[in-house]
Amino acid sequence: MELNVVDLSRLQFAMTALYHFLFVPLTIGLSVLLATMETVYVMTGREIWKRMVKFWGTLFGINFVLGVATGLTMEFQFGMNWAYFSQYVGDVFGAPLAIEGLMAFFMEATFVGLFFFGWDKLSKRQHLAATWAVALGTNFSALWILIANGWMQHPVGAAFNPDTMRMEVTSFFEVLFNPVAQAKFVHTVSAGYVTAALFMLGISSWYMLKGRHIQIAKRSMAIASAFGFASALSVVVLGDESGYEANLNQKMKLATIEAMWETEPAPAAFNVVAWPDMENRTNVFAIEVPYVMGLIATRSLDTVIPGINDLVDRTKDRIRQGAIAWDALQKIRQDPANASEELRETFMQNENSLGYAYLLLPFTDNPMEATTEQVEAAAWSTVPEVWPMFYAFRIMVACGFFFILLTAVFFYYSSSGRLDVLREKRRWLLHVSVWAIPLPWIACEMGWFVAEYGRQPWIIESMLPTSAAVSSLSVTEVLLTLAGFVALYSVLLVIEITLMIKYIRIGPDDGEASETPPPLAAPTASPTAAPVPAE
Amino acid sequence: MVLYELIDYSTLKVIWWVLLGVLLIGFAVTDGFDMGVGTLLPFVADTDIERRVVINTIGPTWEGNQVWFILGGGAIFAAWPPLYAISFSGFYLAMFVVLAALILRPVSFKYRSKKPDPSWRTAWDWALFVGSFVPALVFGVAVGNVLLGVPFTLDNDLRMTYEGNFFGLFSPFSLLCGLLSVSMLVMHGAVWLVMRASDDIAQKARLFGTIASIAAIILFALGGYLVSTGFVEGYRITSEVDPNMQANPLAKQAVMEAGAWMNNYTAMPWLWIVPGLGFLGLFGTLILLQTKMEMLIFVFSKWAVTGIIATVGISMFPFMLPSSVQPEASLTVWDASSTHRTLFNMLVATVIFLPIILAYTAWVYKVLWGKVDEETIERDNHTAY
Repeated sequence: MELNVVDLSRLQFAMTALYHFLFVPLTIGLSVLLATMETVYVMTGREIWKRMVKFWGTLFGINFVLGVATGLTMEFQFGMNWAYFSQYVGDVFGAPLAIEGLMAFFMEATFVGLFFFGWDKLSKRQHLAATWAVALGTNFSALWILIANGWMQHPVGAAFNPDTMRMEVTSFFEVLFNPVAQAKFVHTVSAGYVTAALFMLGISSWYMLKGRHIQIAKRSMAIASAFGFASALSVVVLGDESGYEANLNQKMKLATIEAMWETEPAPAAFNVVAWPDMENRTNVFAIEVPYVMGLIATRSLDTVIPGINDLVDRTKDRIRQGAIAWDALQKIRQDPANASEELRETFMQNENSLGYAYLLLPFTDNPMEATTEQVEAAAWSTVPEVWPMFYAFRIMVACGFFFILLTAVFFYYSSSGRLDVLREKRRWLLHVSVWAIPLPWIACEMGWFVAEYGRQPWIIESMLPTSAAVSSLSVTEVLLTLAGFVALYSVLLVIEITLMIKYIRIGPDDGEASETPPPLAAPTASPTAAPVPAE
Repeated sequence: MVLYELIDYSTLKVIWWVLLGVLLIGFAVTDGFDMGVGTLLPFVADTDIERRVVINTIGPTWEGNQVWFILGGGAIFAAWPPLYAISFSGFYLAMFVVLAALILRPVSFKYRSKKPDPSWRTAWDWALFVGSFVPALVFGVAVGNVLLGVPFTLDNDLRMTYEGNFFGLFSPFSLLCGLLSVSMLVMHGAVWLVMRASDDIAQKARLFGTIASIAAIILFALGGYLVSTGFVEGYRITSEVDPNMQANPLAKQAVMEAGAWMNNYTAMPWLWIVPGLGFLGLFGTLILLQTKMEMLIFVFSKWAVTGIIATVGISMFPFMLPSSVQPEASLTVWDASSTHRTLFNMLVATVIFLPIILAYTAWVYKVLWGKVDEETIERDNHTAY
C-alpha cells in the first residue's frame, strides 16, 4: 500500500486520540469519586475516608499527568495536521476549545495543585471545595470537547460563506445545544464513571483476595459499586440515545454498525452476529432478532431505516448537485466582488451538497465533468469498512451489559452488608472483578472508534471530507512525528502502568486503628463541626 | 439590531489582538518562570534534596500556568483560524519538538520522586530540563521567524502551501530571538528562585539571574538594532484596507520593506514606551538582583517579559503572520479573524471567565506561598514532588 499524507495524518490523529483517551475516562470518573469520598470524610470526620482519598488520589495523580501531557497534542494538532479543516471551520469549532480552556481546564489544573499540596494548608471544607473544583473542571472539560466533536458529527448552527471560504456560525446557541453533543456528553462521562468504578472495584477486590486493607477495600467497594451500577445503567441507556440521534443525521454510520445492506420493511431486524462481505455488498451469514433494530433506532414500528445500498444511491444525487455548487463557487472565487447574482443564486441553491463534490476530487480534477463510474466510486467511498464497525459496536455493547451485571452483583452484596461473604465464599466473584479492570478501557476505545471511524470519509459530516482537510505536509514529516509520538507515548504508558502497579502493591495507609474501626453505627464526629484548622 | 453589533467588527478585531497578547504574556509571565526554573535545575542544585527544593517551588502551580499555553492555542483557533492553521502546520516539525518536550514536563514533575533510585531521579531531572529549555528556545525561534516572514502561499480556495523546511527556521536572526527568549525566561526563573528557594540555591540563582539579564539586555538591544537598521526587513500594506472587511487574506496588497517594522513608532512616538518598559524591566532586575528586595525584583522581571513580548506585537501591527514569498497573502488583524459574531461571543466568555481565573489563581498562590527549603521537603516527604 502506498503511504499518503491523508492516511498517515488520520493514523496519527487516531493514535494520539486513543492514547489520550486511555487516561481521560479514569480522570473524569475518579475525580468525582474522590470528591464523593472526601465529602463523606468532611461530613463524618472519620479519618479512614481521608486515607482513602489520599490513596485513590495518588493513583489519580499518576494517571492525571498523562492525560494532561497527551492532551497538549490534541489542542494543537488540528492546526498541525488539519490546516484546511482549521481554516474551514475555525469560526465554529475553535470557540468550544477556547471556552474549554477558560471555563474548565484552568479550574481543573489550578486546583489539582491544591488537591495534592493543600492538605495542611487548607481547612477541611476548603480542601473539599478544591477537590470538587477539580471534578467539576474535568467534567466541564468533557462537555466542551464533546460540543466540538458533536458539531463535527452534526454541524448545526453554521453556514458556508463563499467570500471567506469557510463555515461560519449562524447560531452559537444551536452549536451549544446540539442534541448530538448533549447525547455524547452524558454517554461519555457515564463511560468515564464506569471506568473509574470498575478500577476501584477491581483493585479493592484484589485487596480482599490478599486479605489486605479490608476496611478501606470494603468502603471503596460500597462507593464504587453504587456509583458504578448507576453509571453502567446510564451509559447503556444514554448510549441508546446516541444511537437514536445517529439515525437522525448519520444514517450511514448506523447502517454500517448494523451491517444492513438492504433497506428492510419496518421495524428492521437486529443482527446479533454477521459476516459482512464488503466486496459483494452483502452478509455471508447473519443471526437476526426481528424488530429490535427498528425499535431502538426509530422508536416506532413503521419508520423505515435505509440500508447501505440505498444510502449510496442517494449519495450519487448529492454528488451531482454538489458538483454544480463547486463549479459556481470556483467562478465566484475568481472575482468575489463582481460575481453575478445569478452565479451566487446557483451556488446558494446547491450549497448544502458542496461537501459531496469534494468526494470526487480524488478521482477527477473537475467534478462537473465526472463520469458515471467516478460518481459511483465517490459514492461508495462514503461507506466505512463494515466489519470493524459491526464488531467494535458489539464488543462495546456487550461490555456495557456486563458492567451492569457486575456492578449490580457487588451493589447487592455491599448494600446488604455482606461483602465479607464475597471474601469467604464467593472468591470467584472477586477474581472476575479483578480481571474486569481492563474492560472499560476496551469499551471506551471501541466507542471512540465507532463514533469517529463511523463518520468517515467525513471530517465534518456531509460538509468536508477528511481527504480535503489535511495540511501541506510531506509523507516524511508525518511519518517522523507519527513514529515520535508512538515511541514517546508508549514509553510513558509503560512507565505509568509500572508506577500504578507499584503504588497499588504498596496500598493505602491503614492508619493506627487499622482493621478494627469502630462500628459504622457510632458516628465519631459531628457533621456540623467547624472546619478543622491546619495542623 | 443584533447583540453582537454592539461592538464594531474592527474594534473587536483589535480587542482580540490585544487579548492574544494578554494570553501570550500571561503564558510567558507565569509558565515562563517554570521554564526558567526547569532550565536552571541541573545548575543551581546538586543534591537530591536541593533539587526537590527547586522543583517544589513550582510543583503545585506549574500545571495551572501551563493552561495559558493551551488557552492561547484555543483562543488563536477561535479568534484567528487562519493563523492557527498556517502557523502550526507551517512550523510542523518545530511544533512536534515543542510538544514532545512539553509532554516530558508534567510527567517529570509527577514521576520523579515516586522512586528513590538516584538514576531514575537524575533521568527525570534532565527530562525536566529538556521540557523547559527546548520550548523556551523554540518559541523564541518561532517569533523570530514570524518577524522575518514565513514562506507560505495561499491559493484561491485559501489552501496553504508551505515552502520552507525545518532547518530553514534556524537563521541567525531567529536564533538570536531564541536566545533572547531563553535568557529572558532563565532570568525570570532565577528571580523566582531568589524569592522562593532556600538561601544556598537562591544565592546561585542570583548569579545566573545576573548573567541572564545581561545577556537579555544585549540580545534585545541587538535585535532592535537589526530591525531598525533594516537588516531584518518588515512588511507594509500598500492597498486600501477596510478594517471592517470579512476575513480574506488575499484581498489586499503588501510588500516586504526594510525598516517597515519601525513605521508604527514613527507614526506614534509614544509607542517607544513599550520597548522602554522591556529595558526598564531588564535593567531593574539586573540592579535589584544585587539587593535584598526580593518581591520587587519579580515585579521588574515581569515588566521585562511583558515589554519584550509586547514590543514584537506592536512593531508588527497590523501584521500577525507575514508571508515572505507572497506578501499579499500575509495574515493581518483586519483580514484573518473569525466572524463578527464569534469574536463577540468569545469576548463575552472571556470577560466572564478571565477575572474568575485570575481570582482563583491568585488565591491558590496565596495559599501555597512561602519559602521552600530542605526542612519543608523533609516534613512533607510524602506529598512533595
